[in-house]
Amino acid sequence: MALADSSIAAPQAYLQKQSRWHPIEIAFWLALLLPYVLFPNYLSLANQIAITALFALSLDLILGYAGLVSLGHAAYFGTGAYAAGLLSKFGWGEPVSGLVLAALVAGLIGFATSFIIARFRHLTLIMLTLGFGLLLTELANSNGWLTGGVDGLQGIRMWPLLGLFKFDLYARTAYTYSLVVLFVVFLGARRLVHSPFGLALRGIRDNWVRMPAIGASRRAHIRTIYTISAAMAGIAGALLAQTTETVSLDSLSFDRSAELVVILVLGGAGRLYGGIIGAIIFMIARDQFSGIAPQYWYFWIGLLLIIVVIFLPNGVLGGLSKLLSRWNARR
Amino acid sequence: MSTTVLATRGLSKRFGSLVVARDIEITLPKGVRYALIGPNGAGKTTLINLMTGMLRPDTGQILLGDDDVTALEPQQRVRRGLARTFQINTLFPSLNALEAVTLAVAERRNLAGEFWSSLASHKEAIEEAYEILAKLRLGDACYQATRELPYGRQRLLEIALALATRPKVLLLDEPAAGVPQEESGDIFEAVANLSDQLTLLFIEHDMHVVFRFASHIIVMVGGAIFTQGTPAEIAADPRVREVYLGTRHHG
Amino acid sequence: MLPPIVGVLFDGFAYGMLLFILSVGQSVTLGMMNFVNLAHCAFAMLGGYVTVVLVNRLGWPFFAALPIAFIATGAVSVLFERVLYRRLYRATDLDQVLLTIGIAFMSVAVAAYIFGTEQQPLQLPSYLRGSFQFFGLGIGIYRLMLVGIGIAITLLLVLAVEYTRFGAQVRAAVDNQRMASGLGINVERTFAITFALGSGLAGLGGALAIEIVGLDPLFAFAYLVYVLIVVSVGGLGSIVGSFTAAAVLGISDIAGKYYIPQFGAFLIYLVMITLLMWRPAGLFGRR
Repeated sequence: MALADSSIAAPQAYLQKQSRWHPIEIAFWLALLLPYVLFPNYLSLANQIAITALFALSLDLILGYAGLVSLGHAAYFGTGAYAAGLLSKFGWGEPVSGLVLAALVAGLIGFATSFIIARFRHLTLIMLTLGFGLLLTELANSNGWLTGGVDGLQGIRMWPLLGLFKFDLYARTAYTYSLVVLFVVFLGARRLVHSPFGLALRGIRDNWVRMPAIGASRRAHIRTIYTISAAMAGIAGALLAQTTETVSLDSLSFDRSAELVVILVLGGAGRLYGGIIGAIIFMIARDQFSGIAPQYWYFWIGLLLIIVVIFLPNGVLGGLSKLLSRWNARR
Repeated sequence: MSTTVLATRGLSKRFGSLVVARDIEITLPKGVRYALIGPNGAGKTTLINLMTGMLRPDTGQILLGDDDVTALEPQQRVRRGLARTFQINTLFPSLNALEAVTLAVAERRNLAGEFWSSLASHKEAIEEAYEILAKLRLGDACYQATRELPYGRQRLLEIALALATRPKVLLLDEPAAGVPQEESGDIFEAVANLSDQLTLLFIEHDMHVVFRFASHIIVMVGGAIFTQGTPAEIAADPRVREVYLGTRHHG
Repeated sequence: MLPPIVGVLFDGFAYGMLLFILSVGQSVTLGMMNFVNLAHCAFAMLGGYVTVVLVNRLGWPFFAALPIAFIATGAVSVLFERVLYRRLYRATDLDQVLLTIGIAFMSVAVAAYIFGTEQQPLQLPSYLRGSFQFFGLGIGIYRLMLVGIGIAITLLLVLAVEYTRFGAQVRAAVDNQRMASGLGINVERTFAITFALGSGLAGLGGALAIEIVGLDPLFAFAYLVYVLIVVSVGGLGSIVGSFTAAAVLGISDIAGKYYIPQFGAFLIYLVMITLLMWRPAGLFGRR
């Protein structure tokens, strides 16, 4: 059945439209420059947010897009942090090469573990990711000669970025550095999500059983995304090590893994921006409420989780998109 | 080079003391339309699961063309030309029809691993997907999310996904199951229009459909092949009627 | 004279019994409804605090407080099940994980608010304190009681599941939910009752745990990992599986701390990962 050129262009054009940059996206990224002007004293918080956003983005790829629940993603974050920290401690303080090393090491470990991860689902998967994270924490704890143990890694000194920009106390360089890295990695993630591979990931999430029936190798796809995600988490960890010049055990901890899941779900998983939005909301809130005792913090986070699960299952972004479609339907 | 596209030899499977497949021997020559019928629980879907690799047999062989595929994983069998549809819609709820079929086409063309290339740039794959959808009269609904499609159109999408893998053999598990009367005609028309290069084995309960489409009927009861033959033979066989006594046919 | 290893094994087994009591409810409900309840140890914590209030502040005898811990926790769990959990039986793993973690977080906060963050001491009756000599080894009386209770509960549960009608319903629902309801079994009611019983047992476990591992608001999370390990390694829905996994875990933990303390909990996690890879459904799980 021959199709006139104009009718084939429609499907391709439709798909092209899906991946085009929306003006709101551009506005959003420009808005991330505002802290320089509006909150110059909060740049170190902004730096933390950018790092967490990158970390959350890495989780989004495996949780939001491929549908794998991991309670141990901090394993790769911490690995990247320690890798970058150790590189500096042993004398090479050039920042970008630290990022590259962190990505390689975390990615390698992610690749190795992906062979196991790709074979399991549901509770077994959750337990394996949890177990691996705990395992790594224990390893780091008992090998204090390398990691500094409970005291953390000492002696990290970063050289100026690109040889020009020193990491100053006001965190201007730090925030710029983290923001640029976030953006660059984000571009890669965005491309991945709009690639045939991104479509395959959504297929895995949407229907586990149908994928082999259309000739897909689930395991190969999962191994690929898990490795990429681990490398990304490693980069985020390296950023933390480099911009704060410390690495401690909690960069690997279950607390950090669980908190990340909360952040991603809060913002809305599977929507690319959910991790960033979640990071912004969560960390600003935590900063604002840092005065109150930890137990109250646990109370509100717990309540927030319950509310999100029952009323906002797709997070803030999901809620917004639902509002938008309802508004559009009324016009 | 035989003309048999799909065959099973001595295929058996049991779960504890429950025998779901007993020494199944089936031969599908190229281009035929065979129907697989039998009362509920006879093991028809189980047989398809065994053939496609979703279930591992205890004994027996599955041959695709001249190759023994018994040890192959499901996706490997699909790559060699064995596709199936599911009795209950097994689709991608959040993907629209275009995306779903494009995904299947991309998998077949080994594009699905390309995380660096833009989906929209793969013109041929998208074209191919759209053609399949258009042929099944789903072209106008291809931008709607699968979960929003009416049930009948979802059943057509089931078939579209299977066709996107360019199968040599297609196993259809009750293609019109659950579809309201008004829409089931579309499904059968789609099935009728399938290329005669394609070999079909379909599970069906509606005898009108069976007699209209099938050149050969296999009757399964209790996990084993009860009898098989041409439609005329089966229609005349009193034992087949007996086996169906008390069973209402779905439709 | 018995060698010290027997003492270590005994202590480990006693700890394992505690883990068993804490975990068995979770194993059965997970196996039945595939519902991941990460607030399970928060319920256990509730049982602990109820006991503390009854024994320390109201002067109740320890053994009178235990059944109350069981009942109170069971009752509270019914409330949660009705109001919240019921909505999520068909939800994704992630949603169940998040909701129940949220409940656990809130319970930690509430416990800290009411009782403060310190460890709660417990006034044990004098006949439970101390130890007696057994062929040269000191056997803790409390631990001996734990072993006794653990075995008694195991036998009770196994007998109930095998020989009562309710037990048969539980087995059917664990085995094949759809078919069970097709046979006329009210699966949701069976689940609700099992959930209440399982949570009650967790509460009992929490009460018994005070003397062994202490009680503070973080109990809800500290032992959650162990419970999950017992459940996933033992096999969902299997009482015998939970018993075995709990015993093995308890012994490994205590023996590990005694003989190779520098390895820490590393070995436990490694063993768990290896076991799960070998048997993803657990040692006694169905697949």
